[in-house]
Amino acid sequence: MTTNAMWMLGLFLVSLLVLSWPLGQYMARVFQGERHFLTGAFQPVEKLIYRCCGIQSSDEMGWKQYALALLAFNLLGALFVYGLQRVQGMLPLNPQQMGAVAPDSAFNTAISFVTNTNWQGYSGESTMSYLTQMLALTVQNFLSAATGIAVVIALIRGFARHSLSTIGSFWVDMTRSTLYVLLPLSLVLAVVMVGQGTIQNFKPYQTVQTLDENTYQQAVTDKAGNPVKDAQGQPVMETVKTHEQTLAMGPVASQEAIKMIGTNGGGFFNANSAHPYENPTSLTNFLQMLAIFVIPAGLCFTFGAMVGDKRQGWAVLAAMTVIFVVMTCIVLVAEQHGNPALTLAGVDQHASTLQSGGNMEGKETRFGITASALFIAVTTSASCGAVNSMHDALTPLGGLVPTALMQMGEVVFGGVGSGLYGMLIFAILAVFIAGLMIGRTPEYLGKKIEIFEMKMTALTILVTPLLVLMGTSMAVMVMAGKTGIYNPGAHGFSEVLYAFTSAANNNGSAFAGLSTNTPFYNTMLGIAMWFGRFAMIVPILAIAGSLAAKKRLTANTGTMPTHGPLFVVLLIGTVLLVGALNYIPALALGPVAEHLQMQTVHP
Amino acid sequence: MKLIRPALVSFGLLTVLTGLAYPLLVTGIAQSVFPDAANGSLIHHQGKVVGSSLIGQQFSSNQYFWSRPSATAPMSYNGAASGGANLGPTNPDFLKGVVARVTAIRAAHPAQTGPVPVDLVTTSASGLDPDISPASAYYQMGRVAAARHVPVSVIQTLIDQHTQGRQWRMFGEARVNVLQLNLALDQKVR
Repeated sequence: MTTNAMWMLGLFLVSLLVLSWPLGQYMARVFQGERHFLTGAFQPVEKLIYRCCGIQSSDEMGWKQYALALLAFNLLGALFVYGLQRVQGMLPLNPQQMGAVAPDSAFNTAISFVTNTNWQGYSGESTMSYLTQMLALTVQNFLSAATGIAVVIALIRGFARHSLSTIGSFWVDMTRSTLYVLLPLSLVLAVVMVGQGTIQNFKPYQTVQTLDENTYQQAVTDKAGNPVKDAQGQPVMETVKTHEQTLAMGPVASQEAIKMIGTNGGGFFNANSAHPYENPTSLTNFLQMLAIFVIPAGLCFTFGAMVGDKRQGWAVLAAMTVIFVVMTCIVLVAEQHGNPALTLAGVDQHASTLQSGGNMEGKETRFGITASALFIAVTTSASCGAVNSMHDALTPLGGLVPTALMQMGEVVFGGVGSGLYGMLIFAILAVFIAGLMIGRTPEYLGKKIEIFEMKMTALTILVTPLLVLMGTSMAVMVMAGKTGIYNPGAHGFSEVLYAFTSAANNNGSAFAGLSTNTPFYNTMLGIAMWFGRFAMIVPILAIAGSLAAKKRLTANTGTMPTHGPLFVVLLIGTVLLVGALNYIPALALGPVAEHLQMQTVHP
Repeated sequence: MKLIRPALVSFGLLTVLTGLAYPLLVTGIAQSVFPDAANGSLIHHQGKVVGSSLIGQQFSSNQYFWSRPSATAPMSYNGAASGGANLGPTNPDFLKGVVARVTAIRAAHPAQTGPVPVDLVTTSASGLDPDISPASAYYQMGRVAAARHVPVSVIQTLIDQHTQGRQWRMFGEARVNVLQLNLALDQKVR
């Protein structure tokens, strides 16, 4: 690790704390219905929405009704995203005349954006019209994030309340998340990013005259547009020389901002946050990383404030931070160390004042190793999935870390809302394990953890490993799965494992060599994303409902404190144990095997 | 039934708010406050648009500095189809590709005997990387000086003028924008 890397990590954590603490307090006020500085500006809109919906902000729901409302709302969103992609060719704001998206790809993308995964089987600049990017994808960037926040607020209410049958109103929580949290933050970030060079326009793609000639090979096509083949069946190639370059345009900044703030991660362009028009400078890169973490970290403070014990929020945040820092350091070291085979080939991978060195394959010069490695850890700790480097080109250990971070269940900061609700489930599991060890009924935040809660906890913890491991093993057994693999050997297995890990945990980043825009992968990964999201949310809402109905116990000398270092260690242990034990055999076949293979080269 | 009206209405209103009003507001602000950046930071030169200061271009002539390898298809630096090579670190095709690039770079720079800077022989993530490291620029300056029949010191001065340090002295890495450096070459070193 370079000195700059250590400084950047430190600066990142301090900046995060400075931003997320006030945001957390603010969110607590928003969701408890108290007045705050944006009440005046946005309350008329909020009231208008409730009036049109025919609801009162004071109408509360039981957990089943909350879950039904959430599912209905998200199903509607999925249908709309699917439909819009299928008819985009007939709609305006389509200067490049993009046609209808194929049904399997549209299905996958609809689920992907509704579940906050934002996995992308398509390539943005050659598939989606500006209208689809805005009205289907940007909208789901907001609403899927708002859904996540609503669920965690409902779960927090489960702890904070007692002897009540309701956990809040989904409509109110979702509307407030969008209006008071996501929109203002996105607006500010979008404008700052345009100032740095992120584009925001509705122009057709621009053609420019390049300085030098670009010579390339292109397949010859006949009049019908089919490739011409020679006698051996190989496509006939022709040499083309050009002085032109086409630059993709679009309303990028507005989508880019919420892509980060809402831990969505679906890029406007194929190269995502590596594209200079999405992430033009190292400053925007730093802001993007902060934007990914600020709500997940802030929600820990919201949690502390709403349950009336700020130390509880700090304990959860501490556990997340420890895991994050350790994992970040591993990527930083692995990527800076580079590839021994390249040194042997006469390549200079040393860090100096003139170059960042390290494994620069699939990375951008302006970011170098430090800003890329930090981004890798941030985007996979949180369930964001935006990438500023190509994860498929990472060193084996550099690629193991993001895979493992996702496999822990996206609870190290995690997605907006989903990170904290996942972590609180681990906290319930941790107090349960501790309760078994000392022979007492487990309790968390004054609520007894009983059979129903533990059944639901087991369900949420088991659903993603099941989807990941079943999906991966199916894909590597059938031809349709194997043909998608791009890199040979252990790395090819890592590609498939990464894809299902990313989909089921709603991350959305990829080892992008894997060809996933096929009916097989679009369907399989679509299923993994849907159940990875909603088969967790429903049992969590059930826990929220059950907890809200319980009496609150007063702490006594036998109560295990859940705010000290001991609990933090216990929580980290639970996350690592459950995450690691499920996946160690799979990781051994992929990144670990490849790492050993790479070490056989000695420069 | 109690769910259907709020679901439809709230979805409709929030779609208009976040999918139309918000992007249009951002566009309005962007186009009035930062019109140049919002439209792609295009570079105008002698009445033509010659590129964007944020998007790299392919250079292969000896009188120009060369950009990093790009994996976009069908041509390198295709600004309408960004993307990386996605070759894994132990993929034999990846290693073969790097070796071929090292051989080509060495053949074009016979005076350089040391190892080749890593960014000059590896593909970028976007395929549109506008920058190279200062190490890669220094590596190429002898070739460019010879092709333009000027002393190396002239070229070195130009590189130093076009080297951007870490942003705010902290963020990212030092770099040289290849298109801007080559434009400066054409203007100043005939």
